[in-house]
Amino acid sequence: MSNENVIQVERLTKTFGNFTAVNAISFEVKKGEIFGFLGANGAGKTTAMKMLIGISKPTSGEATIAGFDVYKHAEDIKKNIGYMSQKFALYDDLTVKENIAFFGGIYGLSRKIIKEKSKHLIEELGLVDVANKLVGALPLGWKQKLSFSVSLLHNPKIVFLDEPTGGVDPITRRQFWEMIYKAANQGTTVFVTTHYMDEAEYCDRVSIMVNGKIEALDTPKKLKAQFKVEHMNDVFLKLARHTE
Amino acid sequence: MKTILYIIQKEFKQIFRNKGMLPIIFVMPIMQLIILSNAATFEVNHIKFGYIDQDHSSTSRALIETFNASSYFNVIRHYPSENLASSAILRGDIDVLLNIPLYFERDLQKDQYNTLGITINAIDGAAAGVENVYVTQLIQRFNTRLKVELTQTSDQFVQPEIIETIPLFWYNETLNYKTYMVPGILVLLVTMITLFLSGMNIVREKEIGTLEQINVTPIKKNQFIIGKLFPFWVIGMGLLTVGLVLARLIFNIPFLGSLPLLYLYTSIYILVVLGMGLFISNFTDTQQQAMFISWFFVVIFILMSGLFTPIDSMPKWAQHLTEFNPVKYFVEVIRMVMLKGSGFSDILPNLLKTTLYALIMNGLAVWSYKKTN
Repeated sequence: MSNENVIQVERLTKTFGNFTAVNAISFEVKKGEIFGFLGANGAGKTTAMKMLIGISKPTSGEATIAGFDVYKHAEDIKKNIGYMSQKFALYDDLTVKENIAFFGGIYGLSRKIIKEKSKHLIEELGLVDVANKLVGALPLGWKQKLSFSVSLLHNPKIVFLDEPTGGVDPITRRQFWEMIYKAANQGTTVFVTTHYMDEAEYCDRVSIMVNGKIEALDTPKKLKAQFKVEHMNDVFLKLARHTE
Repeated sequence: MKTILYIIQKEFKQIFRNKGMLPIIFVMPIMQLIILSNAATFEVNHIKFGYIDQDHSSTSRALIETFNASSYFNVIRHYPSENLASSAILRGDIDVLLNIPLYFERDLQKDQYNTLGITINAIDGAAAGVENVYVTQLIQRFNTRLKVELTQTSDQFVQPEIIETIPLFWYNETLNYKTYMVPGILVLLVTMITLFLSGMNIVREKEIGTLEQINVTPIKKNQFIIGKLFPFWVIGMGLLTVGLVLARLIFNIPFLGSLPLLYLYTSIYILVVLGMGLFISNFTDTQQQAMFISWFFVVIFILMSGLFTPIDSMPKWAQHLTEFNPVKYFVEVIRMVMLKGSGFSDILPNLLKTTLYALIMNGLAVWSYKKTN
């Protein structure tokens, strides 16, 4: 982990009419960091993330992603990030190979590189037998792993994962986090939202969002010390209950 | 450019992999063409005809025989009284009723003049008008024949003065209704299929969430749009081809004009429809919404295209509205090129208007497609 900030957010706000979904959040994420972005349902995580990846315009505030401004250079940001959404977003009616080739092509990779990466990736994920099967027929866990790998195809500086392990079995979740670690070790910054508090423990730093605001931000260890509890789960509950 | 190819490749794969899609694209339109072209006719035939003969003379029998002999009328039966006849109209047994009064023959010979009662069911006004013309023609013909007979019996050999017109029916000599309808129905099919497919396609990606994934990539929106719409452009042209072949083989519709000219026009026309589909999909969130809005426009476009009803007989304001109807231009062009053999300069006004339409429609569509909300 270096000291270079790849995400820098200053009082970022998004309102829909009278409702403030994201209320002046500020934070920064360092290169190679695994940044956990936590919060209850409806706390504003996904809205915040959509502003960071350039598909939703902020109402006010500043954000710089991979050195590019979210207002002026949204398309440059997109070249430098990967994104895996809450919904499974590969094409069910294309095969594993075709999905990889399509997204590689969209990111402007050459045919040769796509071919190499595709072969490598399929072997690594153990999908050799199903490489020519339609993605729709794969189990959810395999799909999620494939989806994550596809979001890394173009070697992005930052990868945004929106609840990547929702509905996935514990073993696959484990494997998924191994993949996340591997990506982080190779210098990719990982920005991840999750509802699993054990996963929060795996993050370098964690922010907890409540009602559109970031109420806590630190390493899991320091957060637990600050709230005098044993588990991240209790940190989360204390913060969330606090608001009720 | 390479990016566009990747999208086109993906779209074709998805279309041809979808088992439900191919029949929708090709089998359904072919069936519609065959069924609609045979059924959608305004020719008034087999008119249900009844009569009341109170005269029972040789003249009245001869008059009824005229109707019997005409191929347009199915003489159902005669009714002994007006009450029975009017209840037959009420039941829908007959649509045209001829009432021959008592002393019809006697008065005709005495006064050289007489009247007949004709009652026509005019719920369908257009059909009633045509029926009226048929009836009048038959009676007139009968009348001249009668005049000749009457003058001859009075021992003076005088030719009655008759002006006979011999119409020349240009472009469709046999007045074959299908010759007129098939090209128009072909336009309808090309329009509907390409509009629905393109409109629903992008909304579908919105629904399943892949559009968001695409919007997070650095792809340029015109690349995405061209890649998305091109396959449907190809399908539209393919449909035209299939339709033209069928028109030739099944309906024996002549093709007098230039085939490349028709293809040139169609290639631009489909761009209008695709732009419209994309525009609709930009403002809808579900395939259902897109479908309803597409239908709204399709129904208006078709009914105001001159396909079924002539634009000349619409009220003035409606005629002005049809200027915004792309289907109208295509219907005109396809009929001109196929049936009249019109050339480039003849269809140039329509070609220019359609091109302008395509530019505006696609401009709007690209402008309203937002990668960022």
